[in-house]
Amino acid sequence: MGGHLNINHLMFLGQGALWTIGLSMIALIGGGIVGFVIALARISPLKSVRIASAIYVQLVQGTPLLVILFLGYFGLAAIGLKVSPLAAAGASLTLYVAAYLGEIWRGCIQSVPKPQWEAAEGLALSRTQRMMKVILPQAIRIATPPTVGFMVQIIKNTSLASVVGFVELMRSGQIVNNSLFEPFAIYAIIAVTYFAMCYPLSLFSQRLERRMGRGRSNLATA
Amino acid sequence: MSLQLDFPAVLERWPSFLAGAALTLELAFFATVLGALLGTLAAVGRGTHNALIAGTCKVYVETIRNTPLLVQIFLVYFGLASLGLKYSAFSVAVAALTINVGAYTAEIMRAGFEAIPRGQIEAAEGLALSRLQIYWHIILLPAIEKVYPALTSQFVLLMLASSVCSQISAEELTAVANYIQSDTYRAFETYIIVAVLYVILSLVMRAGFWGLGLVLFPRRRRLGTPL
Repeated sequence: MGGHLNINHLMFLGQGALWTIGLSMIALIGGGIVGFVIALARISPLKSVRIASAIYVQLVQGTPLLVILFLGYFGLAAIGLKVSPLAAAGASLTLYVAAYLGEIWRGCIQSVPKPQWEAAEGLALSRTQRMMKVILPQAIRIATPPTVGFMVQIIKNTSLASVVGFVELMRSGQIVNNSLFEPFAIYAIIAVTYFAMCYPLSLFSQRLERRMGRGRSNLATA
Repeated sequence: MSLQLDFPAVLERWPSFLAGAALTLELAFFATVLGALLGTLAAVGRGTHNALIAGTCKVYVETIRNTPLLVQIFLVYFGLASLGLKYSAFSVAVAALTINVGAYTAEIMRAGFEAIPRGQIEAAEGLALSRLQIYWHIILLPAIEKVYPALTSQFVLLMLASSVCSQISAEELTAVANYIQSDTYRAFETYIIVAVLYVILSLVMRAGFWGLGLVLFPRRRRLGTPL
């Protein structure tokens, strides 16, 4: 038994919380970049690209993140790369987030009203110009609330990186618990910390959604 | 960099894989049924005029939706143990997954309830239907029909999330994989096989829900709206 919860334990948990945020940022940025490519590939004019990206999304969305993490951890090792838990977790989360963000963003791009596409075509803009100047600026507006909402999922899911030995919030909680044996108190602290990180994002996403809803109904009556 | 895969060495453990997959489906089934009930109750509770009930349901939904499943499972597992209650890993897993999916189901059902036009309830009242009849025929069933796709996606996600139960040694598919890889030293092959099994399970579940939807909502099929 290692005594009682003291300031050192809390500092250690705080450090873990910082790594949770760090890993979430890595997953969001990496997954965002790959996910953007996936979203565009899903609506590509080339059928083979569409099919390949659809298969990717189906495979990732049909597999638990935990298994993807194990695959990343042992897979990178199997091809002879020495992997740190950070690299394995970062790579796996990137692939996972990309599949979900890719699908969310594809929906947003496709929900830009059809006449906008046609008008852009009528103005003789090239496909790239149509995308960059007409469709994407509108799609980004539509995509903001669900993307903020998905960030909550990303933060929660980084807790699974603890399983491949990455010392984020969850893992640091397990380590502290190994010396204190007060699982209920420690996991309650962990839960509250996750809640404190996620709930503001949830509220923000809901507010954005309500504002968007109002904006859209204004459009409809205009 | 050389990659040598030896699948036969792992595949000879197929009875264990099958047993794990069966337990995963079993976990998912119990948690889906119980979670659907809990979620519907929570959604109804959030809509009541009783501030205490509505508040409790809101706190439940928001707490669960903003904390990781892994933390919830550990809390239930160690929480019950510290109260001196001993349950099997399977029952704890079912309980934790039910509590988890119940919160998501509640949000989906609430969206369904909100999508029921007020006029239809008034019309039913005008036709002198009882409160129970109105709740069942005018509110609950049409709401489920509206959110059926979102609801079933949530249950497939639940099946995938049940992999986290391997961490409290409920012997579902991922836990089986952990044993096999530590036994055979063939981690990459093992997890590739497990990933394929999960993809198959989720395809089977999707197909099952799609078929069930055709049976439950024949009107939808007639109208030709995609499920």
